[in-house]
Formats: sequence, C-alpha cells, structure tokens
Amino acid sequence: MTDLISMVVAKYNFWIYITLMMIGLYAIIAKNNLVKKIVGMNIFQTAIILFYVSISVKKGATIPILEHGHGPDAHHVVHAADYINPLPHVLMLTAIVVGVATLGVALALAIKVYDNYGTLEEDEILAQIREK
Amino acid sequence: METIISIKPLLAILVSLLVVPLLVLSGKRPNVREACTFLAAAVKFLIILSMVPVILNGTQIVYTIAEVIPGVAIKLRVDAFGMLFALVSSSLWIVTSAYSIGYMRGLKEHSQTRYFCFFALALSATIGVAFSANLLTLYLFYEMLSFATYPLVTHHQDREARSSGRKYLLYIVGTSIGFVLPAMLISYSLAGTLDFSSQGFLAGTGSKTLISILCFMFLFGFAKAAIMPFHSWLPAAMVAPTPVSALLHAVAVVKVGVFCVARVLTGVFGTDLLLSLNLGVPIIYIASFTIMAGSLIALSQDNLKRLLAFSTIAQLSYIVLGIGLLSPKGMTGGMLHIAMHAFGKITLFFCAGAIFVATGKKNISEMIGIGRRMPVTMAAFFIGSLSIIGMPPCGGFISKWYLVLGSLQAHQMPILFVLLTSSLLNAAYFMPFVYKAFFCRPEDAMFENKVQEAPAFCVVPLVITATISVILLFYPQPFLRLARIMVQSITGV
Amino acid sequence: MSEQYPALLVVVPLLSALVVSIAGWVNKRLCFPIAVAALGVAAWSAVGLLLRVLDKGVIVYKLGGWSPPMGIAYYIDYLNGLVLPVVAIVAFINLIANKKAVEQQFPDKIGPFYTLYLLMVTGLLGIVVTGDAFNLYVLLEIAALTGYGLLAMGEERAPLATLNYLYMGTIGACFYLLGVGYLYIVTGSLNMVDIARLLPPLYQSKAVLAAFIICMVGVWLKMAFFPLHAWLPNAYTYANSAASSLIAPLVTKVMIYVMIRLILTVFTPEFVFTTLALSNAVVWLAVIAIVMGAVLALAERNLKKMLTYIVVAEVGYMVGGAWLGNRDGMTGAILHIVNDALMTLCVFMVVGNIVYKVKGYAFEDLKGLFRKMPFTMGALVIGAMSIIGVPPTCGFFSKWYLIVGAISAGHYGFMAALIFSSMVSVVLFFRVFEICYFEPFADHHGHDNHPGGMDEAPVSMVVPLLIVAVILILVGLYTGDIVNHVIQFAIPETMV
Repeated sequence: MTDLISMVVAKYNFWIYITLMMIGLYAIIAKNNLVKKIVGMNIFQTAIILFYVSISVKKGATIPILEHGHGPDAHHVVHAADYINPLPHVLMLTAIVVGVATLGVALALAIKVYDNYGTLEEDEILAQIREK
Repeated sequence: METIISIKPLLAILVSLLVVPLLVLSGKRPNVREACTFLAAAVKFLIILSMVPVILNGTQIVYTIAEVIPGVAIKLRVDAFGMLFALVSSSLWIVTSAYSIGYMRGLKEHSQTRYFCFFALALSATIGVAFSANLLTLYLFYEMLSFATYPLVTHHQDREARSSGRKYLLYIVGTSIGFVLPAMLISYSLAGTLDFSSQGFLAGTGSKTLISILCFMFLFGFAKAAIMPFHSWLPAAMVAPTPVSALLHAVAVVKVGVFCVARVLTGVFGTDLLLSLNLGVPIIYIASFTIMAGSLIALSQDNLKRLLAFSTIAQLSYIVLGIGLLSPKGMTGGMLHIAMHAFGKITLFFCAGAIFVATGKKNISEMIGIGRRMPVTMAAFFIGSLSIIGMPPCGGFISKWYLVLGSLQAHQMPILFVLLTSSLLNAAYFMPFVYKAFFCRPEDAMFENKVQEAPAFCVVPLVITATISVILLFYPQPFLRLARIMVQSITGV
Repeated sequence: MSEQYPALLVVVPLLSALVVSIAGWVNKRLCFPIAVAALGVAAWSAVGLLLRVLDKGVIVYKLGGWSPPMGIAYYIDYLNGLVLPVVAIVAFINLIANKKAVEQQFPDKIGPFYTLYLLMVTGLLGIVVTGDAFNLYVLLEIAALTGYGLLAMGEERAPLATLNYLYMGTIGACFYLLGVGYLYIVTGSLNMVDIARLLPPLYQSKAVLAAFIICMVGVWLKMAFFPLHAWLPNAYTYANSAASSLIAPLVTKVMIYVMIRLILTVFTPEFVFTTLALSNAVVWLAVIAIVMGAVLALAERNLKKMLTYIVVAEVGYMVGGAWLGNRDGMTGAILHIVNDALMTLCVFMVVGNIVYKVKGYAFEDLKGLFRKMPFTMGALVIGAMSIIGVPPTCGFFSKWYLIVGAISAGHYGFMAALIFSSMVSVVLFFRVFEICYFEPFADHHGHDNHPGGMDEAPVSMVVPLLIVAVILILVGLYTGDIVNHVIQFAIPETMV
C-alpha cells in the first residue's frame, strides 16, 4: 500500500496530466454542446503542455536566465544543474500557439454550424440532418 | 533452340491499339472507318505471317517490353503454339470485320464506332496472350481482354445485356482475381520466376499438395475456357451481336481461355511434373464431364446461338482433354483443334447471324425449310457442322483423329468412349436441323421458295471460312506443323 | 541554388501564401498565377532533390546553419526523396485542374482559398522533409489546421463534419506530441537520427514502449486506420471538390510516411519487429480495416463517399504491408504510397469534373455519363483498373509486392483480404459503370436514338485528368526502376 502511495506521490505530474487528459476526452465524447466539446479539446491539449513543462523541473534549480549579461566577463562557466531545462518551455510556446489557433478554427467552425442549423446542441443538429 | 530479338511481336499487338484513335476520328464517315479496320487487320495478319518461316525453322522470337519486377518482366515470346493461335485469330479478324459490316449495317445497329474500337482492343489483347513469354504478361493481356470485351457483350445496353454483363464479369473476372492471381503469386514465391519453359518451372519447388492445388486453381481460374462449373457466362454472352459471338466467343475469348490452360499446364508445370503427380487423370475426367454435359445440354436447346454456345463449351474441353492426356499425339490433337474448331465454329455462328439478318429468326423451331430460302448459308452450315462433328471432308476430322490416337497412346480407354459418344451427340444436335432445313414437307416449310440470302458482306465470309474448313483436311499446314514443333519441344518426341 | 532546394521547398509556398492573401484583396486574378508559380517551384525543388539523392546519397540540410541536435535539420534520404515529388506534383496538378471549379464554387473567396491551399502544401511538404520530431508536430498542425479550413468550405454538412475531424485530428496530434515528449525524456534529443542513435540501449524500458505506442496511436488517428477512421468519410465527402482532391490523396499517405519513418529510422526495425511482438496483431487489424472498408463502401449509394471508404481500405493495405516485417511487404507499402496518391488523385479529380457539370455525385446523378463525358469516364476506368489491381496500371504492382510479402510472412489472411478487396472493388466500380453506361435505358435497341451529345468538362479540367491517368500506366511500367533505384535503398539492409 505504501508502495502505491509513494508511486503516486512521486510521479504526481504524470497522474495530473493523465487526469486532465481524461477529463478533456470525456468532454469531447460525452458533452452535447459543441462549445463544451471544444473546451474539452483545449483541456486535452493543455494537459500535454502542462506535462512537458513539468518535466523540465530540477530540484533546487532556478529559472534559466543568465545574470551576467554581455560584456567582457560574460563567459562564466554555466552549471546546467542550476537552471531548469528551458527547451520544453520553448517547445510548449509553440504548442500553446498551435492550441490557440486550433481553438480559433474550431470556434469559427462552430459559428458556421450555428449559422446553418440555428443551434449548438449536437443532438438537435443530428435530428435536423436526419430530417433532410 | 535459337532465339532472336525482334520488335515484330510488339508491332503485331500495337497495330490494333494504334488504329483506335483513327477509328474514333473517322466515326462520322463509316466507310473510312471500316477501311481503317481492314487495313489494321491486314497489317496485323501480314506481320504475323512474316514471322511464320522463322518459327517453322524452330527458332523463337523474343522481345522485352519492361522489367517491372526483379525476375519478371513484361515480355513477349513467339513460339510455335503462340504462332498457331495468333494465325487463327488474326486471319479470322479480317473475315469477321467484313461480316461485321454486313451485320451491323444490315440491322442498323447503334454505336458502331465503339464496337469497332473495342473489337480492335480485344484483338490486341488476344495476340498479346498468344505471344506472352511469362505468366505475368499472360495475366496482363488476359485481364485486358476481359475488360475490352465487356462493352462488346453488353453492346445492346438493355436490361438483358446488363445482367449478362454482370454474369460475364462475375465468372471471368471473379475467377481470374480469385484463383489465377493468388496462384500466380504463390508460384512466383516458390520459384522466383514466371517465365514459361519447355519443362515448366515449378518442378521441385513445393509440396505435392500445394502443386496440385495450384494446378486446379489455374485450371478453373481461366474461366474463359468454360470448364464446368464456370461455364454459365458463355450462353449468357450470346446476347451480344453475332459477330461478337462469332469471333470472340468461338475464336478469341474462349480460345484464349484454353490457350492459357494449355500454356500453364505445359509451360508452368510441365508434362513430367504432371505425370509424376498423376494430375493428368483428374484433368481429363473434368474435361470429359464438360464434353458430355455440354453436348447433352446442347441437344435440348431451341435458340440456335445457345445451342452453338453449349457446343462450344463441349468442344473447348476437347482441347483441355488433349493436353491433359499428356501424350504427344494427344497434345498435338488438342492444339490442332484450336485451329480446326475455330474455322468450323465461326462458320456456324456466321450462318446463325446471317439467318437473323435475313429473316429475323433466332430459334430452330422457326427455321424449318430455311434451306430453300438461304441455300448457300445452310450449305456452309452443313460443312461447319461436319467439321465440329469430326467427319471428313472437313478439318475437324484430323484433330479428332489425333485425339483418338492420343488417348490410345496414353492408355486411357474410357476417353475413347467419350470421344466417340460426343461425336454422336454432336451429330444428334446438328443433323436434324440441317435435314429439316433442306428436306421437309412443302406444307411445313415456313419460307417461300425463292432464294433471298443475307447481304453479300455476310455471306461471302461464311463461304470463305467453310471453304477453309474443307481445305484444312487436305492441307492442314501450317497448323499441324506448328503443333508438332511445339509438342516436340515439350516432350522431345 | 540546388543546395537550397530543401529550404525552397517549404519557404516558397509559405511566403507566397502571404502574397496570395494580399493579392486576394488587390486583384483576384493574380492569385492563381502566383499559386501556380509557387507550387511549380516547389515541384521543381522536390524533383531536383530526388535526383540529387539518387546521385549523391542522403542529404542533410541544417536550417539556419544550426547543427542538430539543437538546430533543426532537414534530412532527405531515399524514402522521403521519393515521397516529396509525389506530394508536390499531386498538389500542382490538382491546383491547375481545379481552377474553374474554384471559380464556380466560391468566386468571392478565391484569395483565402489559395492561401489555405498553399499553406497546406507547405505543411505537407514540411512533414515529409523534416528530420526533427518536434518540427514534424508543428508542420503536422499547420497542415491540419489549413486542412480544416479547406474542408469546411463546402456543403451544409461540411462544417460539422470538419469539426468532428478537428477533434479527432487534434487528439491524434496531441498523442504524437506526447510520444515525442516521452522520447525527449529518455534521450534528451529531438532529432530523429540522433534519437535512433541513443535509443538502442533503452529498448527494454517501458518509457520507450509507451512512446512508440502513443506515437503510433496518434499517427493512426490521423491516417484513419480502422477503427479510428470514422471522421474521414464525412469530412472528405461534403467538402468542395478542389479541397477533397487535394486532401484525400495526400494527407493519409503523408501520415503513412510518418509511420514508416518512425518504424524505419527512429525506432529501428529491430525494435519494432523483434523486440515488440505486435506485428501479427497489427496486420490482423489491417485485415479488418481492408474488409470493413470494402464492405462499408458497398453500402454507399453515393460515389464520393464510396471512394472515401476505398481510401480507408487502402490505408489498411499500407499499414498491413509495413507491419508484415519483411522487405517485400515494406516495399509494397512504400510503393503504394506513391501509387495510391496517384490513383486517389485520379478518381477524386473525376468526381470533381462530374460535380462541375452535373452538380451532384449520388448514383442517380450519374446516368448516361459515358456518353456525355467520355474522357472523364475513360480516366475513371483507368483509375478503377488501378484500384482493382489490373496490370499494367500501378495499383497492380504494389498489390504484387504486398501479396508476395504476405506469402513470405505466411500471413495468408492478409493475402485473402487483398484479393477480397480487389473483387469488391470490381463490384463497386462496375456498379457505377453500369449506371453510367446502361441508364437511361433506351426504349428498344438498334436505333441511334440516344439523346444529347457530348457535354464534357472544360479542357483545363480534362487534360490534367488524362495526364494523371496516363501517369498511372507509366508508373506501373516503370515499377522496376522505382523499386530497384529508390525503394530498395530506403529500406535498411537488415530487413529481409
């Protein structure tokens, strides 16, 4: 039992992102309203972004900005262990932008669907399609 | 065996492919269009004829088109057997084109340009099959033929044509994709090559069961050979215009089927392998069943073309029987029968079509006394049926003779019985019709007593083919010589 | 100049997308020529790259001069050297053929349409040319988002169908991103070749296994591998013809390329086929995909939707072929990427022509088409022959390699599925041909009373279609060259 608890506590970032992913997936599948589905999709993407950021953390490290700046004494030895890994953050900047763009496209499509069918509830839309 | 490389086989195939654009362009001027067809048929025949002396010398001609897969190319090879088949089909194309003109114009058929175009394509594919050097090329042209003949079979574009077309596709394409394709690929996996060779290439590559299964997959897969139970497409295809039935279903399509069966049995498996696995026996019994059943069903038919269709089904299995006997004389007989049956059967179909053009009648029961009205046609019919029965003075006698000798050589007595009985059955379904056409009580005659034949373009071709059937008894060259050369290269005898 | 081909390939369409969108406000008639020029340059660069790879071997191009693993490298070997010209040329031909259709269907949105078109091609070309795993995700999303935009411009049902595609596509891309994240955790690198170098000692670790599975599921979602295919039929059917004939041939094939790249380069065949014991299960999944694709296609009375189910079945061919684990199967899968892109382009362009003239694509709309549109239907016949697998069209030869691979691997179920699919394709296409050829039934035969003459689509739509149909036969005849000179070197020698 203690093994299980220590396993959960040690890898808590994994558990959090998995939980968020599943919440997002549930929203996409089970919710009826298109906007709620889109929000679910966004939660799904955010979970992964959170995961990447969480893996860059190091114990006792600080943010990855060098204080020394430019100038004649700029080339000091940099211990990588003192700074958290900046690469995943950089990658996730891209991913956030992608997520925002996807959100934009999705919402534009939802507006178009609303124009065509007059409602954002999926069951009503499917009923209208079946009638035609 | 010497081989020389020449582009002539490819040219022979391409002639009728290249004439298609010309046919389309001259569609509005029928005489120009028909002239193009004749020109293409004549050129094709001449190219093939020009290769005959080389082949009779024992040499073979090869030409590679494209190396598509390691070890397997799209390749052409002209040998004696292929030359025999090519000569038959290309010479008969000239005659059939003349007949088509008479028939199609006599009935004022629609879409004649499309008809002549697909006819040309079908002939290209037929010559392609004749000159294939390996199983892949054979399969390529076989499929091309299937799809090129579909618009011809369904020419009339009515509901009956549609359902016949479906049956045609189901039987022919279904078996070629379902049986031949996997069998071909398994053979390639076993042997690494698909080139036909005089002793086959499958010897020693797989287990006995696997090779036997492959043999039957090929046998039934080439459903154009109309071996029962994959024969029903042939009577159904009789909805096509008669020139189509004549050339394609008496000469080109069905002969392609038996040619492929013969080619595969001799070039892929080889007589030695078949003898050692004792596969000849099931083959001849399957063929015998088709012969007897086909002849029996033909007895009951009233529609003349359907009768001829079942007769064709039976006659095709003679060829399979001949090859299946695996004896030199039997194989010679089988190969020779390709030629003899072609000339005889095409005469019969031409006559059936001429009768339809002149009188509009399709059923035998409506044709009593027709000999008075169309004596030339019925005389040709008589000669054609003699050839099919296998009686002198017609060429069919020679091939039947060789088959009898072949079954004796192979010590298969029951086959002798089958051959004799089926000849009697053939007589039983042809002779009453011919008799009633000429000799009947005046009050039963359904036609007036004046002679009114079909148009000349219909009658002249059938007279020509009937005459050739007779000539072939006295001078069966070059077909007999070609068959002998081929059998010699297979068995060394 | 030729050293810069890798960059030109992606940069030119990207920048010209910007130019086109501005030109769209200024003068609509400028959009098409600029787009054609841009894709022409891209196609030229792609072919040039293939020739350079054939001449000199693998090309590594460092973007901006930064070295991997920190910098992004474009990595062109025989595999993507083959796929790049296919993508570029398909996009180019499709652009030219659909000019009139675009003008007919949305004359006021020409600028935005061509912008999205060029961005989509940028994304697809980038996916194929890149050698960096995360860069692939970025370009994947570029292609996906522009794809959603293109597909949504269509009939009334299009936005909803595209929205459903959007959910599935985003989940797929996110899975891929997650997989790359796991790979980054264990290797610390994002460059594909680098990861492949660092992975072998870690093959037994659960993280690598998880990374592989997650990446695979993501890629399968994006390529519509059964049972993750449900988004494809609706999304492709209701879209406008120019978009569907761009996306249907290319997107799924590029995803197959990504899968093969992951199998062959990143996780080497030793890992995928030997260490993991998944191949048999995946090939059986592919068998189900092929059979279900064929069966579902039979149920449709709508030409375009039937073709989309055929696309689903074709994906099954390629996944099964790649996962057979032997050289012939992988050759078949890679060859089929090329062949299927061309065949799908051919048949979807036919549908585009039909929609342009007849304004519908249900079976009832297709009556008498052989008489009215003989050239278009002729191209459909050749495309159908290729899908059925009749020599000498290219479809036959990829089927050849797939079946021979199945026989070598002893996987007769896969062979049976391929033969079954051929036979079902005969039925599918001849059902269509019957309607086009026989109906409307004339009253009685023997008379030349068929009403109406030829009413073919415009020359600018028919000529590219006929060129594609001829290419199908030429590629078939040149299969030997393609396999011996290109594909043979794309597959590592360790695969037997």
